[in-house]
Amino acid sequence: MTVKPEKILLIGFGNPARADDGLGPALAEAIEAKNISGVTVDADYQLTIEDSAQVAEHNIVIFADASINGAEPFSFETIEAKEYDSFSSHSVEPAQVLALAENLFNSKAAGYILGIRGYEFDDFGSLISEKAKANLEKAVDFVEKLLKTKNFNKPQKTIACL
Amino acid sequence: MSKRVIIEPVTRVEGHGRVSLLLDENNKITQARFHVVEFRGFERFIQGRPYWEMPVIVQRLCGICPVSHHLAAAKAMDQIVGVDKLTPTAEKMRRLMHYGQMFQSHALHFFHLCSPDLLFGFDADPKIRNIIGVAAKYPELAVQGVMMRKYGQEIIKATAGKKIHGTGAIPGGINKNLSITERDVFLKDIKQMFDWSRSALNIAKDYTVKNLEKLKPFASFDSNHLSLVRSDGAMDLYHGNLRAITADGKKIFDQVDYTNYLDYISEEVKSWSYMKFPFIKSLGPQNGWYRVGPLARINTCDFIDTPEAEAARKEFMAVTNGKPNNITMAYHWARMIEILHSIEKINELLNDPDLQGTDLVVKGERRNEGVGLLEAPRGTLFHHYKINDNDQIVMANLIVSTTNNNEPFNRAIQKVVADHIDGVPEITEGLLNHIEVAIRAYDPCLSCATHAMGKMPLKVTLFDYQGNEIASKTKE
Repeated sequence: MTVKPEKILLIGFGNPARADDGLGPALAEAIEAKNISGVTVDADYQLTIEDSAQVAEHNIVIFADASINGAEPFSFETIEAKEYDSFSSHSVEPAQVLALAENLFNSKAAGYILGIRGYEFDDFGSLISEKAKANLEKAVDFVEKLLKTKNFNKPQKTIACL
Repeated sequence: MSKRVIIEPVTRVEGHGRVSLLLDENNKITQARFHVVEFRGFERFIQGRPYWEMPVIVQRLCGICPVSHHLAAAKAMDQIVGVDKLTPTAEKMRRLMHYGQMFQSHALHFFHLCSPDLLFGFDADPKIRNIIGVAAKYPELAVQGVMMRKYGQEIIKATAGKKIHGTGAIPGGINKNLSITERDVFLKDIKQMFDWSRSALNIAKDYTVKNLEKLKPFASFDSNHLSLVRSDGAMDLYHGNLRAITADGKKIFDQVDYTNYLDYISEEVKSWSYMKFPFIKSLGPQNGWYRVGPLARINTCDFIDTPEAEAARKEFMAVTNGKPNNITMAYHWARMIEILHSIEKINELLNDPDLQGTDLVVKGERRNEGVGLLEAPRGTLFHHYKINDNDQIVMANLIVSTTNNNEPFNRAIQKVVADHIDGVPEITEGLLNHIEVAIRAYDPCLSCATHAMGKMPLKVTLFDYQGNEIASKTKE
């Protein structure tokens, strides 16, 4: 699939008060500071249904989340819209957001998920662990290059383990 | 011999919960427990932090209703900085933020969590009894839900500054007003929001009236009700005094200054749940438990001060001849009366020039204790703090809305099981559906947990009385 990346949305999600669960918002903050043309950056505790309306306004959406047991330092892959039979507004999955965007707003946005490997999820506190910070830095570099080159055709179904 | 049936987590509620049912040797229900398996520990976590951080830091309690915690903490901090009355601009900006929160939260719950149950029936196939099913059969409703939620979220962003960790409310006031440009964006869509709110109210009302005989016993029981009311008895979701009534409407207490809540409300701890059990002191833990939230608020108030919601309230109360409504499923109807009230209030506020005022903060003489209460979407929310001479928090007590409804959850589940499932020893889809529908009526929020990739299955496990697993069912 070739997508012309005219409008790109990056959503970092997770709870910054639960240590490494804040990796998604931390990545969003770092990317937003770089002010890359054609890129909208958003952050929230979790994905919610109205994200589907925002997704529908873009050609490409990258969901950035912490990963409990994924590849180190991060994984990056395409996702397809998927309908689930148990919805929770507490934690709508990226594939569900894409499905809502398709079903409700006829969205054709291509979806990608960036899973940044974290290690500490049970502690209270806004500090990301040192190991996860190192993964975050690599993920930020990767996403920055991707957003600047806008080359979204290569990494489909690939895991990026730098 | 007893068997213990455990269901975890409950889907389509906010956060994770677990239900265990204790059956006797004849598979009759003897006990229902709604467990909260997360340990929030926030009251301890914030000790030692400076008081002025509270309105921002407490938003981390919950990703669904952070605004309620933001405002309740700000109200408590107003007292810490010695402020009992805000400027008109500060109070109205906070109210706008609060009604925006109420609007988006109720819209989310109604359209995307509860409407599948109402539109397709409790026992419909879960494959269609969800928002995608609604989107397929009633696409206009699903879009309305998304757009109403978005409208409320945009109000929050405009008043609180940002979506995560908003900073709008500060001790003694607010840090921004609403520009004319911002106001006009919201006014442009307000008619549409009114129309959709009226339509949602009609869906909830028509469903309840049409199915009244079936709904009357479903998960229902008599209970006390508690909420804030204004000094003239009107519903007020942002500020007021405490009122509690019995199941048949007698006042237990009224116009209680909420800073004295500890004289009237106590909390019982039970070994099997991290969530405490609040009760009205004068009635004791056995009889003093109560319900909060939309149903309780409609029951406790004397009137609503916006015309369309007041007309809807009168219709609602007529169903029970003016007496309090104790039908659990009537929560949905009550919630939609509040969504209409919220948009009426938002309209009122957007047309008030005080929102463009520049007098934002009041200063007073510092105190060592503050209590802030408001009516959050799910019910009365209590924030209570004490600080030391170094401005650090030394004590925090939070009673969140869902905690207030703790005993009612257990009652609702036990009633459902006793009425509909009793005698069936296995975990059926029907059992799951009915329990979920009962719990969802309360729109419980069990506080945010880590939700990173790889979690959130629905696991159903059957244990015998000795804790041995004898059956398990997982729903991804």
